[in-house]
Amino acid sequence: MANKRYIFTFPTNMITEPVIFNLGRDFEIETNIRRADIREDAGWVILELKGTEEEIDKGLLWVASKGVRVDSISGDLIQG
Amino acid sequence: MAYLNGLKCRECGRDYPTEPLNVCDFCFGPLEVAYDYSTIREVVTRDGITSGPLSIWRYKDLLPASGENPVDIMTGMTPLIKANNLGKELGLNNLYIKNDSVNPSFSFKDRVVSVACTKAIEFGYEVLSCASTGNLAASVAAHAARAGIKAVVFIPGDLEQGKVINAAIYGPTIMAIDGNYDDVNRLCSEIADNYPWAFVNVNMRPYYAEGSKTLGYEVVEQLDWQVPDHVVVPAASGAMFTKIWKGFNELACLGLLDGVEGMSFGEDQNSVHHPSVSTKMHMAQAFGCSPIAAAWNNGQTHVVPVKPDTIAKSLAIGNPADGIYALKVIKESGGSATATPEDTVAEGIELLARTEGIFTETAGGVSISVLKSLVESGAIKQNERTVVYITGNGLKTQEVVQGAVNTLPIKPTMDSFESAYNG
Repeated sequence: MANKRYIFTFPTNMITEPVIFNLGRDFEIETNIRRADIREDAGWVILELKGTEEEIDKGLLWVASKGVRVDSISGDLIQG
Repeated sequence: MAYLNGLKCRECGRDYPTEPLNVCDFCFGPLEVAYDYSTIREVVTRDGITSGPLSIWRYKDLLPASGENPVDIMTGMTPLIKANNLGKELGLNNLYIKNDSVNPSFSFKDRVVSVACTKAIEFGYEVLSCASTGNLAASVAAHAARAGIKAVVFIPGDLEQGKVINAAIYGPTIMAIDGNYDDVNRLCSEIADNYPWAFVNVNMRPYYAEGSKTLGYEVVEQLDWQVPDHVVVPAASGAMFTKIWKGFNELACLGLLDGVEGMSFGEDQNSVHHPSVSTKMHMAQAFGCSPIAAAWNNGQTHVVPVKPDTIAKSLAIGNPADGIYALKVIKESGGSATATPEDTVAEGIELLARTEGIFTETAGGVSISVLKSLVESGAIKQNERTVVYITGNGLKTQEVVQGAVNTLPIKPTMDSFESAYNG
């Protein structure tokens, strides 16, 4: 089992969609929200995902396919 | 010795010990160094600083690693040049260039890596690591060589050979990753989680980032302990931008600015603003990777990550870790954020070279182009004291200014020479 931390960034058209609920329901992933800021036009959620590496990878691919951006909470590691 | 109380979460304020940590376990906010400013206030003086080494370690009392035996390749105390020619061209009488392209590995990264490497050795690490497209890799490799420890650097597989050589010459292990930008980030995140290495911008990040404060300290010292009216700073993650501001305010709060009374740092050390620090902080990004400038100009309090697509590779961070804090600094200082068009970057490089004899890389071209637009918009006035930070050397990105080459081919005769010279 792995614990991974991400920030999901939601575009306007996905603000009202239950993406995180569906992620937990449709994949073997436990979701744990730690911080969030959701507004009318956009929003972000910082959360921890618990599951197997394979299941988390599948779940994140599905999240990204919905138009939600997935990033590491530490920002981009690769620097100039 | 370093005067630290530990680490503190920037979001929820939870305290942590002085350890190689970068994220709060509770809210996943970033951890920052918490200083013991009451002791620092007793030990730090202008005389103590000016009698120190000609490197960033003259500010050792204000850095989070011990200055007794630093890993120092003589980074810092780079020139602050009065740019009369460029000023005349732009209509400014009080323009300065902070030329940080002359650091030992030719970029400002030596400041942050010197601090991170020194701290890594304090923690007992034997491997220094990073993921980089150029400047950071070279600096990490150079400092590891100096410290006598191993360096492992990760680079994109398609990185230009010249940039690889800039790091390779110091003898690190270089992993060239066959994958896109996201793949490189993802793999490095996993490696940082699983290997007992000092990853400079991951588990060393709270200490590493503090090295950029010295860019603020030096400018103040070089301006006879005064802050400038404006600074123009290139931004990628936004960390350097916020730390220059922090550096100005630390010196003010400690009573080290000329004619300024010190004051308390309050509860949140990272947000303190001394009223005498009137510097307007102007951020410079290239249009192809300008998430912080976009957020600022759209009035957002959060930064929406982007896919970088810019010739300014050293600024190509699409998901800037310090973006929201940089936005706060812009607001607090009354500054601005500008995304300059990609085709102005090379123009900026050429303008600086032609007027001041300084050859900068693309990040410097971004800064000069943004300076020009700030003057044209009236944001910077003729007599205001303005400092532009030039953070990397032009030899690293020669490919973007190949159009500057205009040789006159001649035969080895005087006739041929005079004919060509006289047009």
